[in-house]
Amino acid sequence: MNKPESFAPPSLNAADIDVDESLVRSLQSGLQLVPQPYEAVARELGIGADEVMARIRRMLDDGRIRRIGAVPNHYRLGYTANGMSVWDVDDAQIDTLGPRVGALPFVTHSYRRPRRLPVWRYNLFAMVHGHSRAEVEQKVEEVRALLGDAVRASDILYSTRILKKTGLRLKERG
Amino acid sequence: MSRTLNQAATRELDDLDRAIINQLQGGFPVGDRPYAMAAGAVGADEATLIGRLGDLLADGTLTRFGPMFDVERMGGAFSLCALAAPRDDYERITALVNAHPEVAHNYERDHALNMWFVLACASRDDIPLVLAEIEAETGCTVYDFPREAEYFIELKLSA
Repeated sequence: MNKPESFAPPSLNAADIDVDESLVRSLQSGLQLVPQPYEAVARELGIGADEVMARIRRMLDDGRIRRIGAVPNHYRLGYTANGMSVWDVDDAQIDTLGPRVGALPFVTHSYRRPRRLPVWRYNLFAMVHGHSRAEVEQKVEEVRALLGDAVRASDILYSTRILKKTGLRLKERG
Repeated sequence: MSRTLNQAATRELDDLDRAIINQLQGGFPVGDRPYAMAAGAVGADEATLIGRLGDLLADGTLTRFGPMFDVERMGGAFSLCALAAPRDDYERITALVNAHPEVAHNYERDHALNMWFVLACASRDDIPLVLAEIEAETGCTVYDFPREAEYFIELKLSA
């Protein structure tokens, strides 16, 4: 694997990418809970805090960092019903209807994904979080109404247990 | 770890907890004293905010605090994957799947495909390698569902 190319846009030179990669690795478990967390990362990497902050700002600007903040555990917020609604939607209509599903206020993620026939016929995934299964089902009916005749089949897969949830962990493969 | 993640809240969230959850899911500052900069927005001082974030991470209300990286913009790749684990072998297969550091999330779901996990790899080329390893280790067929289009994602959960 070509290591530098795997981590950043090609507009950055190799030395920049190496530093950014080190920065990602030291931040992937989270920001330290100390008054000067960027200074702490800078000391760890042997570069200046100003450089660390400039690099983080650049990654925010170009989208390599989506945001900086807290990631709540849905369950602990009372969103104990987590329904992955899946839909077999007419291919000719999915790209028109998908964004309308994604715009519903209770849909937190919405993607088009490939079918795996005969095991899996659904091509639209919309994650619906609620405080109860009844609430999720009520919301899923709103999705169904929006999709109308374009839907041939659907299902809701509830998560019954979180088996693992970590942040990004990048590992080099040999 | 999964035990903490699945437990009900051990205490009621107070105003500061809610302010942190509702206002600090994004936009945390990049500056010399970022906690001090963010503290005013949630009605706390620097030390209180740092202490409370530690509490929320320790009790599992937050799973993480810090930058959220976009693996794909860094040249890496995500894929949603699923397999059908036999009921009487479920825990062993869970351990085999979770042992891969590329497995970022893994959920049990009530379907014939009863284990759904997200792979985050440093390179698109790694995904089939990890899938092949998991298939070899578990003896289960792994179906992967890479996203073909993203229709909208926003932070909408509130406390």
